Amino acid sequence: MADMNMIKSLNSALSISLKQDPNVVIFGEDVGFFGGVFRVTEGLQKEYGPHRVFDSPLAEGGIAAIAMGMSLNGLRPVAEIQFADYIFPAYDQIVNEIAKLRHRSGGEFSSPVTIRTPAGGGIKGGHHHSQSPEAQFTHTPGLKVVYCSNPYNAKGLLLASIECNDPVIFFEPKRCYRGPFYGDPHNVPTWNGHPDADVPEDHYIVPLEQARIVREGSACTVIAYGTMVHVAEQAIKDSGIDCELIDLQTLVPWDRDTVVNSVKKTGRCVIVHEAPKTSGFGAEMSASVQERCFYHLEAPIQRVTGWDTPFPHTTEWDYLPSPQRIAEAIKKTQEE
Amino acid sequence: MTERLTATTAPYTIGIPPFRPGEDADFGGAFKEQPGDLWRPDPTTCSSEDTAPHARGLLRVLNDKGEAKGEWDPKLDTSELIQGLEYMMRLRIFDDRMIKMQRTGKLSFYMRSFGEEAVAIAQTMALENQDWIFPSYRQPGAQFVRGRDMVSMICHCIGNTEDNVRGRQMPVHYTYKEGRFISISSPVGTQFSQAVGVAMASAYQEKDEVCISWLGDGTSAQGDYHYALNFASTFKPPVILNVVNNQWAISTHANLATGGRTFAERGLAYDIPSFRVDGNDFLALYSITKWARDRASAGMGPTHIEVYTYRAGAHSSSDDPSAYRPNDEASCWPGGDPIQRLKEHLLHIGEWDEEKHEALAQKIDDEVMAAYKEACEFGDLASGPYPPASTIFTEVYETVPWHIQEQREELGK
Repeated sequence: MADMNMIKSLNSALSISLKQDPNVVIFGEDVGFFGGVFRVTEGLQKEYGPHRVFDSPLAEGGIAAIAMGMSLNGLRPVAEIQFADYIFPAYDQIVNEIAKLRHRSGGEFSSPVTIRTPAGGGIKGGHHHSQSPEAQFTHTPGLKVVYCSNPYNAKGLLLASIECNDPVIFFEPKRCYRGPFYGDPHNVPTWNGHPDADVPEDHYIVPLEQARIVREGSACTVIAYGTMVHVAEQAIKDSGIDCELIDLQTLVPWDRDTVVNSVKKTGRCVIVHEAPKTSGFGAEMSASVQERCFYHLEAPIQRVTGWDTPFPHTTEWDYLPSPQRIAEAIKKTQEE
Repeated sequence: MTERLTATTAPYTIGIPPFRPGEDADFGGAFKEQPGDLWRPDPTTCSSEDTAPHARGLLRVLNDKGEAKGEWDPKLDTSELIQGLEYMMRLRIFDDRMIKMQRTGKLSFYMRSFGEEAVAIAQTMALENQDWIFPSYRQPGAQFVRGRDMVSMICHCIGNTEDNVRGRQMPVHYTYKEGRFISISSPVGTQFSQAVGVAMASAYQEKDEVCISWLGDGTSAQGDYHYALNFASTFKPPVILNVVNNQWAISTHANLATGGRTFAERGLAYDIPSFRVDGNDFLALYSITKWARDRASAGMGPTHIEVYTYRAGAHSSSDDPSAYRPNDEASCWPGGDPIQRLKEHLLHIGEWDEEKHEALAQKIDDEVMAAYKEACEFGDLASGPYPPASTIFTEVYETVPWHIQEQREELGK
């Protein structure tokens, strides 16, 4: 075991993948010699060679297309899209091509691509370095969608994604690369000493499709993923209410059983994500909880999300769900 | 080449096609470019700059008298020439049968390769069997070269229980992995940049494999075309990238697809050897593709080819070209008809006659009809049976996840 931040643990997962499978190749903008703008691929080119870890031209559509072509011809590419905000030139290749190849070819071809992309706000990134576009991929059959939240699950989920024979869109909450974020921009802890930063150096898997119960509780179920797991944790502490906190980890296929079992126990549910509310993944979870837990619910389901507006620059703390907003939602579920 | 025509309606320049319905389709007679005009550089050493004249000219082998001339003559055996003719005739007869069946509702939609039969067939014949074919919807003919059974092809087109893609895709969207023919997709041009990835994987695995792909003049406006050229230029994998300039993208003429000169010349800016070739000249197509394969196999990277041809038929069974071009435009095309031209060559060298030609056409027609009847035994779109509804839910992922399983149970089939 070693104390790792999320950058180091992701780097460890990539290094293990390169070592154990000669068909793994890594590419994207600035990922080669430089090691990525967030340093996730640092040192990998030097260790594994420039034919296995390389810089691509600045064309996300091309990156996704190359990954698909490689994957159907025996390789296992791990492509990086530098910011999730820049994934849209690749949207056609991901949605119409990578996601559908297995189905459209009657299973003759498949596309085991992993696309890693830093997502989410909290870094003063404005419109185009802050978005969390997971719902634009959860609505596409054929893709698995993963959203890690800490160094431990980042490594295990990334290894599981690369080893998965289906294409995976892997979101990394960039705000949490170097430390958890509890909703206070003036409090910037590192991962040092955090229990989830105690990461095995060897290979391990955090299975896809399984949520993680971060904290058990009986009064309300709070569901989150990515950075919002930590913000929700703070909100629960602030509220003084005994909540059960679930980190979803995989969004498609999501672990509905864990969520439903929890809500049946608590009778209350708060869903948190930083992406806009309308058609967000919270809507999917809310509908499913209502379908499955209707007679157990003691209060309306609450959603605390980013606003249905472009992501702002200087006012991002008023955009992102704060511990206060989440705590208020938790309290609201207790009133009825 | 035909000059790009434009109407200057300030403040824009609007490209216009040479002729509209009711006008005489007069392309000015035969091509002025002749076989022998362009030399054959050494594929293992030539630079992109060496091919500048080839990108501006028109590479031909067969002249207008059916003679093979110049150093690009691939000097194929008679048996190979006859085989090429047979594949092209098979494709045309197959297409004609399918379009008739489409009219009777046996399949929902169809796309012929009419007038462009030489493209996929000559080019695939010039490759090795281990090479990857990444087609658009106008290259299904490659499957004949790779030995696909017509019954299997028809089963796909009529979406019956034996369709290997289980009724999931529109007709003509073939997949044939056994023949290294990669799945056809409707979004135009996506395959072009993917083909570069396929070729990079072959190079990575140190296999002597080449990937060939095609897209149309209209599609060359897509980002995927430029991604493909730039990535191919950057990484130099063994890939052959063809722009099939058949003049028409549904109703949009090539003069509206680019303000530049030839499509081939674009490749020079990417430092890729680039050629413009008579796409109705079987021998020229074979020869340039063999050249490109030799270059790729020698580790010299990509080749860019503009296949200069004419879409003699409608875009698809849903299109009516009489609404936007003269009905006789195809018959006025200076490149003529690819089947007729190879036939004339075989007649010229004394290896063919009308009797043999008729007999071959009849034999193919009988085989297509027999294949069609056999395929229909497994059902057709008009009357079924179709693939089971459960195929909606399978192969979306490697295994069926719970939420899709639940939806399958909801359908109850």
